[in-house]
Amino acid sequence: MWGIIRQKVAAGGGSPVARIRPVVSNLRNYSSAVKQMMVREALNSALDEEMSADPKVFLMGEEVGEYQGAYKISKGLLEKYGPERVLDTPITEAGFTGIGVGAAYYGLKPVVEFMTFNFSMQAIDHIINSAAKSNYMSSGQISVPIVFRGPNGAAAGVGAQHSHCYAAWYASVPGLKVLSPYSSEDARGLLKAAIRDPDPVVFLENELLYGESFPVSAEVLDSSFCLPIGKAKIEREGKDVTITAFSKIVGLSLKAAEILAKEGISAEVINLRSIRPLDRSTINASVRKTNRLVTVEEGFPQHGVGAEICASVIEESFGYLDAPVERIAGADVPMPYAANLERMAVPQVLCFLYDSSIDGCYKFLVY
Amino acid sequence: MALSKLSSSSSLSTNILKPLTNSFFLHRPISTDTTPLTIETSVPFTSHQCEAPSRSVETTPKELLSFFRQMATMRRMEIAADSLYKAKLVRGFCHLYDGQEAVAIGMEAGITKKDSIITAYRDHCTFLGRGGTLLEVFSELMGRKDGCSHGKGGSMHFYKKDSGFYGGHGIVGAQIPLGCGLAFAQKYSKDETVTFALYGDGAANQGQLFEALNIAALWDLPAILVCENNHYGMGTAEWRAAKSPSYYKRGDYVPGLKVDGMDALAVKQACKFAKEHALKNGPMILEMDTYRYHGHSMSDPGSTYRTRDEISGVRQERDPIERIRKLILAHDLATEKELKDIEKEVRKEVDDAIAKAKESPMPEPSELFTNVYVKGYGVEVFGADRKEVRSALP
Repeated sequence: MWGIIRQKVAAGGGSPVARIRPVVSNLRNYSSAVKQMMVREALNSALDEEMSADPKVFLMGEEVGEYQGAYKISKGLLEKYGPERVLDTPITEAGFTGIGVGAAYYGLKPVVEFMTFNFSMQAIDHIINSAAKSNYMSSGQISVPIVFRGPNGAAAGVGAQHSHCYAAWYASVPGLKVLSPYSSEDARGLLKAAIRDPDPVVFLENELLYGESFPVSAEVLDSSFCLPIGKAKIEREGKDVTITAFSKIVGLSLKAAEILAKEGISAEVINLRSIRPLDRSTINASVRKTNRLVTVEEGFPQHGVGAEICASVIEESFGYLDAPVERIAGADVPMPYAANLERMAVPQVLCFLYDSSIDGCYKFLVY
Repeated sequence: MALSKLSSSSSLSTNILKPLTNSFFLHRPISTDTTPLTIETSVPFTSHQCEAPSRSVETTPKELLSFFRQMATMRRMEIAADSLYKAKLVRGFCHLYDGQEAVAIGMEAGITKKDSIITAYRDHCTFLGRGGTLLEVFSELMGRKDGCSHGKGGSMHFYKKDSGFYGGHGIVGAQIPLGCGLAFAQKYSKDETVTFALYGDGAANQGQLFEALNIAALWDLPAILVCENNHYGMGTAEWRAAKSPSYYKRGDYVPGLKVDGMDALAVKQACKFAKEHALKNGPMILEMDTYRYHGHSMSDPGSTYRTRDEISGVRQERDPIERIRKLILAHDLATEKELKDIEKEVRKEVDDAIAKAKESPMPEPSELFTNVYVKGYGVEVFGADRKEVRSALP
């Protein structure tokens, strides 16, 4: 599965990390000593470092303390920082999210964990009306330096109520910032940036990525490492089509790009990293280069992230498009349980085929 | 009854001082007199899971006169806001607090500006009590630059963070967990201060209240939940909304106190008591038995669900300003004329503030895009016309 990517890294060539960052490419000489880090570890280390650096940062959520985190993201933090800074809450999202936002009003820096973002709907009034809008309504008096984090989107076989993707929901709200990491580097850099950011940040992780390992450079492991908010990353450069994705789908898109490369199609894969603010300039610059756009996401298609990207590209780069923009999203149904139906409900492996019947257009199959 | 007892007992002590004090009126204003005075509350406190505080409240002539002046200002301000709304200078929602002034004033007397207050949308007087100015109130109501939120909040979103006032919230009940969060932060920061989270009898049935109260009790947060029970949640009387309208008991394991919310001294005593309790033992509930003369908001005449007799009855028997006026007169702390003069001054202050607020300009168009974020990263943001109206967030 990940064999293709891993081989490329070992060979010290074609590594997307190396391509983008000149600093890191100098370290390519050390590629044999590049560390592998799981996303779970990356998040844990980011939390640990930020809590260590700033005594105002604290973590609260269900099972974050004694259970070591429902997905072990907060492992070891209770032992290190004590029960005053790592707080196990009762199963009352509306209550504890409101408490987190109130603490942020006062000047603390809470990290509120939702066991999954499906449960954030119980607290969504606080995220939007109490957190997102406060700085504006108070004309700058009440800022809300809070992070809401947790797994988002589909997992494996968890059914309709536990598989909803909230990226489009939260990203539509002015006053919020919405980030979604893919790799361990993303997880570390974006979570640190989110905790340091003075505004409310919704941090959408992915349960299935927690156990994935990615190479991380020494720069990424440094405690001052931070990624900019609002900047997408070009994971793979290409010239024939632009693919935008975030979170787990980035991995699928990279795989698809490999398959396309064999067909002679060079796909540029953009890892959005930041859903709000959306890096419209990177996306548009890419489309102006490749002249074709495919947006991919796991969530529901209507009013989704892809819809916004398509609209943005049409507004700003219409003249550059050689083909209509295309969206790939989850099926427009609540997530089914049966394995075969679930596979059909979420983009699996993307396969890009050239459809000769539509001149110059790419047609996509999902299987 | 209680009042006549008081006046007869105190007249013994003040009789000798009477001629002296009278002559002092011209040279030394009574409003700075800090000789202690003890006054009984209208009714004793009713408690739940705790010992009620004493009915005898320590106060001073200075304090009583400041109560009078501040409540008169609040009353005048709310009535003026009513007129402004009818003149279409205030738009949208306008929820008035007249009748409930004693809660705002009594609370301020029992706490400091380092303690925090958070309330719902009936927040004009609470804001004033926390140190806000009339100009800020009227400007904000009319959506002008000099408003406390620079015109961007409106009636329901007044804030004054530097003196511990955290708003001003439009969603019923949301302020309660937020208030418990403020208390959490106060405890975390070891500030030795408390938070008062105010809500109405309508919000008292909200689930998030019980969620937040549970956590506050578990974690011993210095949070005081104050139910301003004006007996009507919008148009629904308390007995039609709550199976148990004994709001001070609804905390179950959390102690509670029922207070006459029309008696500023009782409110002061209760808040002092609650603060001491919360710093040592965690959360407490205060139920303030109060009343609003206006309807729920300016679009509610307030008489379809209650009788005019009831409203005028409360005004006659329990008005908080009249209570203080009677106390002041009974204790010879000022003459009728002096009190009338204060009211005239207050009226003028309010009128001046309105005149000044009317001159305040509306916010600059560029303000549409400010304060969306603290840190905007230069992100481009669009107005309704995506081509013309756009900006980069600072």
